[in-house]
Amino acid sequence: MEPLLEVRDLGRRFGGLQAVAELSFAVNPGVIKAVIGPNGAGKTTLFNLVSGYALPDTGSVRFRGEEVRGLLAHELAGRGMARTFQQIQLVPGMSVLENVLTGRHRHTRTGFLAGMLRLPGSLRESRAARERCLETLAFLGLADLADAEAVSLAYGQQRLVELARALVCEPSLLLLDEPAAGLNMRETEDLAGTIGRINATGLTVLLVEHDMGLVMNISHEILVLGAGRRVAEGEPRAIQRNPDVIRIYLGDEDAESP
Amino acid sequence: MAVAGRGFGFTAGLAVAVVAIQIAASASHKVFYLTQLTMSAYAILVVLGLALLMGYAGQASMGQAGFFAIGGYVAAFLTTFNLAPRRDLLFVAFLERAHLLMTRPDGSGGSVTHVHPWAAALFALGFAAAVAWIVAGPVFRLRGHYLAMATLGFGIIVHRLFLGSPYFGGADGISDVPELVLLPGLAITGRAAARVSNYYAAWGLVLLTLWMLSNLIESRVGRALRAIHGSENAAAAVGIPIARFKTQVFVLAAALAALAGVLLTHFNSGIGPSEASVMKSVRYVAIVAVGGMANLRGALVMGTVLTFLSLRGSFGSFDDLVFGGILLAMMLFSPEGIVGGDLWRRLRSTFSLKNRGDDGTAA
Amino acid sequence: MTFDIFLQFCVAGVTYGIIYGVVAIGFTIIYNTTGIINFAQGEFLMIGGMTAVTLQRHLPLPAAILGAVLVAMLAGAAIEMLFIRWLHRPSVLRMIIITIGVSIVVREIALHVWDEKSHALPHFTGDSVSSVALGGARISPQVLWVIGVCGAMVVLLGVFFRATPLGRQMRACASNRDAARLCGINTKNMVTLSFVLSAGMGALAGCVVSPITYVQYDCGTALAIKGFTAAILGGLGSMGGAAAGGLLLGLLESFSVWMLPAAYKDAVAIAVMLGVLFLRPSGIFGSAEAARLREY
Repeated sequence: MEPLLEVRDLGRRFGGLQAVAELSFAVNPGVIKAVIGPNGAGKTTLFNLVSGYALPDTGSVRFRGEEVRGLLAHELAGRGMARTFQQIQLVPGMSVLENVLTGRHRHTRTGFLAGMLRLPGSLRESRAARERCLETLAFLGLADLADAEAVSLAYGQQRLVELARALVCEPSLLLLDEPAAGLNMRETEDLAGTIGRINATGLTVLLVEHDMGLVMNISHEILVLGAGRRVAEGEPRAIQRNPDVIRIYLGDEDAESP
Repeated sequence: MAVAGRGFGFTAGLAVAVVAIQIAASASHKVFYLTQLTMSAYAILVVLGLALLMGYAGQASMGQAGFFAIGGYVAAFLTTFNLAPRRDLLFVAFLERAHLLMTRPDGSGGSVTHVHPWAAALFALGFAAAVAWIVAGPVFRLRGHYLAMATLGFGIIVHRLFLGSPYFGGADGISDVPELVLLPGLAITGRAAARVSNYYAAWGLVLLTLWMLSNLIESRVGRALRAIHGSENAAAAVGIPIARFKTQVFVLAAALAALAGVLLTHFNSGIGPSEASVMKSVRYVAIVAVGGMANLRGALVMGTVLTFLSLRGSFGSFDDLVFGGILLAMMLFSPEGIVGGDLWRRLRSTFSLKNRGDDGTAA
Repeated sequence: MTFDIFLQFCVAGVTYGIIYGVVAIGFTIIYNTTGIINFAQGEFLMIGGMTAVTLQRHLPLPAAILGAVLVAMLAGAAIEMLFIRWLHRPSVLRMIIITIGVSIVVREIALHVWDEKSHALPHFTGDSVSSVALGGARISPQVLWVIGVCGAMVVLLGVFFRATPLGRQMRACASNRDAARLCGINTKNMVTLSFVLSAGMGALAGCVVSPITYVQYDCGTALAIKGFTAAILGGLGSMGGAAAGGLLLGLLESFSVWMLPAAYKDAVAIAVMLGVLFLRPSGIFGSAEAARLREY
């Protein structure tokens, strides 16, 4: 089975800092893969490189069998990659439903002229899009908040709205950037269940996360980064026991401060 | 946000107001009010396009007067430049055979052969749109102050060009512009007998534009623009081609401004370089700001009031001061505008004990 | 062209260029401390010149100039305290529109306080027809005053920033406002000071150049645009760049008359501005940091 996402020798430098170096890994279809590592390990950079928000210096990124390195974020979105952000990026002034509707952009075609004249085709398309979005909101338990102003929702709910927006893009790969950040324990448990349900529909998930409980709970595979390089990769239990992993998180025994 | 029902109410109310004002003005023999309201309507066309660009797409433009002037001047030039002595040129002969030329008596007893007003108008629109399309590319690679200054610079260059060039009449501008016939019996012209019909034509166009732009905002494109404004990262993440949309909405706003320029030029039978001035651009921005940035109706109402008063001379020599002051006051106290509702919301929350401590209001 | 004419162009270019440089430095001081591009910068020159003209009808010239500079400094402080200080994280667009609004209001108030005519101070030495020989050209002594006074201002400013505690505090504030605040520097006052300084410099420049160029109520706008152009030409954020950018712009404008009709002279600055923005936003001497913009 060909990997959905294949990264080879990825490298990126920012000024004097080598954020990511010689990084290679693959994400197979249908898995939930988590990327973990201490702060500064390069997780967010990796995400940005893969999803088109930053350009790699070296290496290749293959998505669905095609080389996509250098493509812009919106082009990758068009090819089936959807992502959420560490800092929630919802549009103020629009309702929950309208925010999620922006996710249907690539699946709808109404242009300037059709939009201005309210042509029948555009109205039909709009109705279908709305239904699709309401279905997804219901799937995430947000159906009755559809008309609320998105940025007025509680933090955990806003995260779900962003997730809904990513889901209606009908992606093949879902990138979640620290989805549990700012959530309390209950919300994190709910999130774990939600991600599991999403994955059960066949969607491949790659997530960056600090919350070890969530990561160990739902991931099929874990990739551990340290100083921009791969430290370990494998199943959760193996990672937990891996001495290299323990070392980069806890530091060398000798180096501990008195 | 705005539901179709609420929108229809406003448009219907506006249509009623337009008719009522006309009847009142005609009945009280103050038909010259209609002339000033007609000119205000054309200013509103520019403002509506700018509100879409600035309020919804979030892109500042301090140079809309430039596009207005391009529309007006190109139309004026083409309909007054005498091609008769140049009939031997291949291009002129071609135009003649394509029935794109027109001959009429000029103001001083002779006759002038010029491009037909319709052809001139369409060319002016197309030309302004093309300029906008070309300018948009480099301009939108800039951000913030640089973007605003670039649009300001564009407006100034257009102003200087029209002011300095003898082809465009220099400081006097172009006059003796003929009428633009829309339908048999309805022409855009400054003739006193046509005041009422021109009033309805102008405001009909405003209503149509308001309807079309409101539809656009509620549609897929409108959501994409607002997404771009709200968060470019998020917009990119859902596949919205940001640069392309910015360009398209910029061109749309420019085309509206140019259309207003063309029509006002025919209405006034001429145009002068002051239409391209920086103060004009600032006025358009001030009106959008006071109307509430992302608020077409607010911009329409406030724009009409302010422009009408300004045209009547109600502000006297304080005209620019009024617009500058309004701009300042709006930006300082209520960036969402008066009609936008944020001011009311904030006033209410100031007096309510429930919402102490929320500070999402400034900026 | 002959050497004489070449020299005349140079002199004109340098004279105007120094003024643009002073405006650009004013932009830079405020930009460095606040991240704001103060579109009302040109109005300080106008206020200085116009106030001095009014004052010198009752006071000796040096006192009039001093008074004008003080008035402008007060105006700068007032503008900062009324319109800038209490804003909380304004968006860039809002700041742009606010400073544009301020410049319009100041200009229109000036129109009603004075009038629409152009005014000038008397020449500091000699009169409008006296001249001094320089190389093959004859130049007005006022030109030497412009170069001397503005040059001295720039030098003193450099000394101020490098050698005085207050100047160093301002530089700290410009470098990293939060860190400066943590060190106990009153950043709010630094912001006010930057406005006061820019206003004072602008006013003095306005006074010294008015016998040559005359000032009128609306001369601030064009100066602001040209000063902005000069600032970005040299790389926004760099004092030396601002001064150099000003001189370069002045010379470009001056020599443009050789090739373009004089009516388009003002458009030269705009063309340069657009050229810099589109082709090299970091300016001639600037860094990539100048191409991005500071946050307020």
